[in-house]
Amino acid sequence: MNVRVGDIIKLENNQFVAADLLLLSSSEPHGLCYIETAELDGETNMKVRQSLSVTSELVDPYNLAQFDGEVICEPPNNKLDRFCGTLYWRESKYGLSNQNMLLRGCVLRNTESCYGLVIFAGPDTKLMQNSGRTKFKRTSIDRLMNTLVLWIFGFLVCMGVILAIGNAVWEKEVGSLFQSYLPWDPPVDNFLFSAFLAFWSYVIILNTVVPISLYVSVEVIRLGHSYFINWDRRMFCQRRNTPAEARTTTLNEELGQVEYIFSDKTGTLTQNIMTFNKCSINGHAYGEVIDTLGAQSKRGQPLDFSFNPLADSDFCFYDQTLLDSVKLGEPPVHEFFRLLSLCHTVMSEEKSEGELVYKAQSPDEGALVTAARNFGFVFRSRTPSTVTVQELGRPVTYTLLAILDFNNIRKRMSVIVRNPEGKIRLYCKGADTLLFERLHPCNQDLMNVTSDHLNEYAGDGLRTLALAYRDLSEQQWEDWAERHRGAERATDCREDRLAAVYEDIEQDMMLLGATAIEDKLQEGVPETIAILSLANIKIWVLTGDKQETAVNIGYSCKMLTDDMSEVFLINGHTVQSVREDLRKARERMMESARSRDGGKEEEMEGWAEGCSLGNGFGSGAGGVGGGGGAGGADWQQQENKQPDPTPPPLPPSTLLDSISGEYALVISGHSLAHALEADMEQEFLDTACACKAVICCRVTPLQKALVVELVKKHKKAVTLAIGDGANDVSMIKSERHPAHVRLGIGEGGTEGAGISAHIGVGISGQEGIQAVLASDYSFSQFRFLQRLLLVHGRWSYLRMCRFLCYFFYKNFAFTMTVYDQYFITLYNIVYTSLPVLAMGIFDQGIYTSVVLFFVPYGVLSQAARNDGIPLADYQTFAVTVATSLVIVVSVQISLDTGYWTAINHFFVWGSLGAYFTILFTMHSNILFSIFPNQFCFAGSAQNTLGQPVVWLTIALATVVCIVPVLAFRFLKLDLKPQLSDTVRYTQLVRQKKRKPGGRGGRGASGGAGGLGGGALGRLGRAGSRRSGYAFAHQEGFGELITSGKNMRLSSLALATFASRHSSSWIDTLRKKKQQQGPGQPSGGESSPASIPTAPLSTSSSLLGPQDVPAEEPAHTPLGPAYSSAVTPTLARSPGADSTGGWAISLGAVQEALFGWRGVGARVSGASSPGPPPIAEESSLAE
Amino acid sequence: MMASSYNAKEEDGHHSGASGPGGGAAVKSKKPDNTAFKQQRLPAWQPILTAGTVLPAFFVIGLIFIPIGIGLFVTSNNIKEFEIDYTGTDMSSPCFNCSQNFSWNSTTPCKCSVSFSLDQPFESNVFMYYGLSNFYQNHRRYVKSRDDSQLNGDKTSLRNPSKECEPYRTSDKKAIAPCGAIANSLFNDTLDLFYIDPNGNRTRIELMKKGIAWWTDKHVKFRNPGGNNLNLTAVFQDTSKPVNWRKPVYELDTDQENNGFINEDFIVWMRTAALPTFRKLYRIIQRKNSMTPTLPRGNYTLEVTYNYPVRSFEGRKRMILSTISWMGGKNPFLGIAYITVGSVCFFLGVVLLIIHQKYGNRNNSADIPN
Repeated sequence: MNVRVGDIIKLENNQFVAADLLLLSSSEPHGLCYIETAELDGETNMKVRQSLSVTSELVDPYNLAQFDGEVICEPPNNKLDRFCGTLYWRESKYGLSNQNMLLRGCVLRNTESCYGLVIFAGPDTKLMQNSGRTKFKRTSIDRLMNTLVLWIFGFLVCMGVILAIGNAVWEKEVGSLFQSYLPWDPPVDNFLFSAFLAFWSYVIILNTVVPISLYVSVEVIRLGHSYFINWDRRMFCQRRNTPAEARTTTLNEELGQVEYIFSDKTGTLTQNIMTFNKCSINGHAYGEVIDTLGAQSKRGQPLDFSFNPLADSDFCFYDQTLLDSVKLGEPPVHEFFRLLSLCHTVMSEEKSEGELVYKAQSPDEGALVTAARNFGFVFRSRTPSTVTVQELGRPVTYTLLAILDFNNIRKRMSVIVRNPEGKIRLYCKGADTLLFERLHPCNQDLMNVTSDHLNEYAGDGLRTLALAYRDLSEQQWEDWAERHRGAERATDCREDRLAAVYEDIEQDMMLLGATAIEDKLQEGVPETIAILSLANIKIWVLTGDKQETAVNIGYSCKMLTDDMSEVFLINGHTVQSVREDLRKARERMMESARSRDGGKEEEMEGWAEGCSLGNGFGSGAGGVGGGGGAGGADWQQQENKQPDPTPPPLPPSTLLDSISGEYALVISGHSLAHALEADMEQEFLDTACACKAVICCRVTPLQKALVVELVKKHKKAVTLAIGDGANDVSMIKSERHPAHVRLGIGEGGTEGAGISAHIGVGISGQEGIQAVLASDYSFSQFRFLQRLLLVHGRWSYLRMCRFLCYFFYKNFAFTMTVYDQYFITLYNIVYTSLPVLAMGIFDQGIYTSVVLFFVPYGVLSQAARNDGIPLADYQTFAVTVATSLVIVVSVQISLDTGYWTAINHFFVWGSLGAYFTILFTMHSNILFSIFPNQFCFAGSAQNTLGQPVVWLTIALATVVCIVPVLAFRFLKLDLKPQLSDTVRYTQLVRQKKRKPGGRGGRGASGGAGGLGGGALGRLGRAGSRRSGYAFAHQEGFGELITSGKNMRLSSLALATFASRHSSSWIDTLRKKKQQQGPGQPSGGESSPASIPTAPLSTSSSLLGPQDVPAEEPAHTPLGPAYSSAVTPTLARSPGADSTGGWAISLGAVQEALFGWRGVGARVSGASSPGPPPIAEESSLAE
Repeated sequence: MMASSYNAKEEDGHHSGASGPGGGAAVKSKKPDNTAFKQQRLPAWQPILTAGTVLPAFFVIGLIFIPIGIGLFVTSNNIKEFEIDYTGTDMSSPCFNCSQNFSWNSTTPCKCSVSFSLDQPFESNVFMYYGLSNFYQNHRRYVKSRDDSQLNGDKTSLRNPSKECEPYRTSDKKAIAPCGAIANSLFNDTLDLFYIDPNGNRTRIELMKKGIAWWTDKHVKFRNPGGNNLNLTAVFQDTSKPVNWRKPVYELDTDQENNGFINEDFIVWMRTAALPTFRKLYRIIQRKNSMTPTLPRGNYTLEVTYNYPVRSFEGRKRMILSTISWMGGKNPFLGIAYITVGSVCFFLGVVLLIIHQKYGNRNNSADIPN
């Protein structure tokens, strides 16, 4: 398909817009069409676009073909919310705005078809302008390797120079005298020239130190790791039939070092599905048993809605009492659902009898209306002035008198309806904070009860709404309607007047109850985030969504918790205010850090208490997450950086790094734009990095990329971006500094499931493919990230490091010995001084080669065979040294191997076997008789290796080489074990213990793991209110409905009514937009700022199932660090069903990081009977 | 430390759709195979350095090495060795004249005799070596200056030796046989040993010149050209003798089995030494009967035909007499090294044990109650 600028193309429902189009006409009335821009900016609500009225009549292709207008517009740019241009057609000018544009990447919804004129195509589209170029990425190991190789090359040249000098000296001092037996070659008549030649020969001879084959080997190893990722069943999504896919082979070990994760929200953390989960009606809470995690037994069966032919079969609710109440006809319950079925802006479509389809502009509203539908209050249809509801099978038509529309300041919406009996009633739903102020005083008791319920819901991360109604007398209505009309007609300050009028009527309301909607997270997201933050990985959420939505999600996925000391909100619109906000935030953190230093003693005591009280998981994650600046790239270094109980006074700048977590930052797109300016970015970064969680809302794709870039540039940390849609592409491969690791989630939602039913369609649904194509790894669930990072990443990293060390060691040992033997004594002096030159990782290699040379030297120089022939000929020497080398190196790699599989055995023994085979072959008489010049070692092997002295020498050399290594490692392990070592050790101990006791532990340990996961989700009782009208709502829809503009002609009773005052609503909408700016971050009244500051119990927590009484008073903060850090592993002992004590002491934070990784690593691969489970593993184990 | 197999039940046990039952309508599952290899859970053995394994290992190494070392040391001490330098750098030395007046062209060989006495009798077979010091047989250019295929009897190589032999490849436009610097510098002193009994009578001691080279060298690596043709003069016709040699290669010995390239003195010389100070086996003195020692204590004379100049590079020439044991010649280093390493290991073991007992804290934390 070749779409070019100027083409007119037709789009059908649910199609992606292929280019930036000027909307000409659509199948809907008035040239309206609906689009979803989730792929573009992450916003999930539907948006309306309208064509110019002059072009909206061009419906049939013939007329369109006649269209010959000319568009003059701005050049291609990356501003998604702005377009300006002019259409010249039939001698007149029409202004074009973003309202007329369909941008590439949007999806057409609820519109049968539309026609558009291509304005920008291909790379000029705004979507493409927002994405960056791809760049070849290298890992830090690559860079390390390159520098090492350069250093080695330098070392080689140095060696060459030194040896050449040695050669010159020898030739001058000795060689010149030795000429009678060994004359100089004719062209080389002086020692200097000979030295020059010697230099080059040594460079050539010693070139094996330069590990050229390293690059190939590394790539092969990486390829293997990539395959292991692809093969991992634990990263396979059954539902979508999608395995994980490593789309690049080069970045595997980088996964183990990720410190920052930048995540998209919609489709990545959440499924973008809202479900009606709980409600509180008249002080009675329903739906309590719902919990996606654990609680399987209590959950029971979903309710049976078969009594209701119009019920939506996808809807699930589990609390039978609510249905009973409905059936019993309790008035408040009925009123509750009546409200839900009336007070909304949802459109319904009934394709055939009983088959209702709701078109909600925000998914939460849809969820509420669907809930009412299932409980017997079915919203069936509406006209601009009526709403028809099927109330328990009885159709009732309400007259819709007014819609008091939603906006960000009001945070509520109301409808005023007249029921068939003629009673007028106002129904209102909105944020509880605002609604409670407007209740009739007699509601006080009910309000208290409902408030408790709301707190509970909010604590579970649900989105809450309070519902209320008010009876209006005819007189009241008339008066108000009059004032309303007056306000509507006003030309100046229309909004303010309307708001005031709305305010008037929304008074003295009667509380009905509250709803709680769950923005469904993807499976296992809170656990994954908890575990990742345990591993000291910082997670930043970058989303196009509104602040309230983002914050709510932050709470529900446990990124934000009520135990946090403070959540900073930054949504200033000017440079000054942003700077001020950032500064304040930092000051607050510093202050508390200082006071914390002062009150260290008390805090430690408090810590111990916290340990025994077990205040939930949230603080556990906090305590750990706060533990240090950057996470685990360099563990050793990190260990030193750990805040020990008495840290030395730190200068202010580092103080920021050492702040003990518990802070979060929420920043809006506007503020971010300022914060990302050159002079403020450092400030922003300092603040943000001191926070445990960062949420950026209402950000554009480009800003996502900029944030990623910023962190990369200044933090020298490995970053990972994860996202699902086209709007994440730029973040995933940001332009100048692409994120180190890019992840695409094969996101398809329900469509994905539908797609996988058709054979042969790619791994993801339509939505995700763009991100997947730009990504390095792709899988279909956020929770797989845990396994990817903590298991595969860690493995790759460790294996690669071990491999590199061993490779360099091997190369050095090899070069220094095998070749030396030919020249040894010549350069005795040089070699004895070699250890001085030895540096870094090479010293071991040098040591080995020195030993391997001097031990045989010492032995063989005097030795004779048992038939009297001296052993000191150089072929014997060569064989001895080479054999010792192979054996030493094999022993060395055996020591390095922590995990012996059959494959390891095969290769280690195999390489030894191969060595001897090849040795004997090369030294065989047969080969010699064929090629006497090439295989001049004939007979050396049998003659040499037949001698006991030789074997004694080899044994001696091996022992001398290995013993120091062994002693050193043992000391390190014994005195300073890392957590992974300890874990292994305890596993070992337990295995031994279990052996006599039978094999009962296996299943139990899996169960114990489940407990870990199960526990995570259910904790965190909130003490605070942060519920909010978190609708992804746009105002103006109320007007749209009452105007009847969006009604289909067929279903519209009063078609003429619609056309009469059709002009106003879009204009109003536009005006409002212009006034408010493209985004509308609301005031923070209902935002989390009101969270009471939690006590500074940052240091520790008890993480465990609630019902387990805390034990282990032994885990005092002053105890040995790892003794408590070990606990998580030990706690999951087989058989012990609910073990306690997930205490993590402050000092052990880093250990814990290591340990978690260690655990993850060991476990899943380890075939030990009782693997310490990670939540994800156990959940899969069923 | 044990291998343990993985329980496959922990996986969800779902077989891939392709092999699933009734798969007709089933969509082909992309689920990865559930094999131990692909899921990275091959049965494995995890060695771990614990006090229980490392410390005993150290003690065991110590306990094995020390006795071996003592055994080696004692054996080595029982070996008798006698060494005498006959270079003749001193004025007082009997060979001083020979070493001073040396010229390559002199036709009359210079002879000198060195007398020495053995304090102890040498039992069993005695091996007689010549030793050279400061002689760089291991020099890169020296080592490769030979043609193995010529030495293996290859006819073409005989006439046209390898370029490696330069500058000892041809002389007078005739190929040198054997070519190369190694062969050219063949050690050509002749050593004779006389026993002087208490009465003053000189008894020549019989020196065996066979069996001093590796069997493989003598029978595989080195062969005369022309196979069994015993007329070596004809075989080596059209070749020239090495520059420094006094007689051509086919006159090295009268015994046809020990002449030409398969002359054992020559073979021994051609096996280049690894170090600049080396010794090479020269002759074997076989014991005659079990009653008398092979070399009784008393006075001896070493008669040297001084042909080999070493003064120019400050070399030294020695004659060595030695007996051997099962482990070869005298070699105190090995025994001492074993004793040292064994003791160090043992000592390390003790130190580590103390450290472990005192500071090692893993065991305490490892037994955290469940």
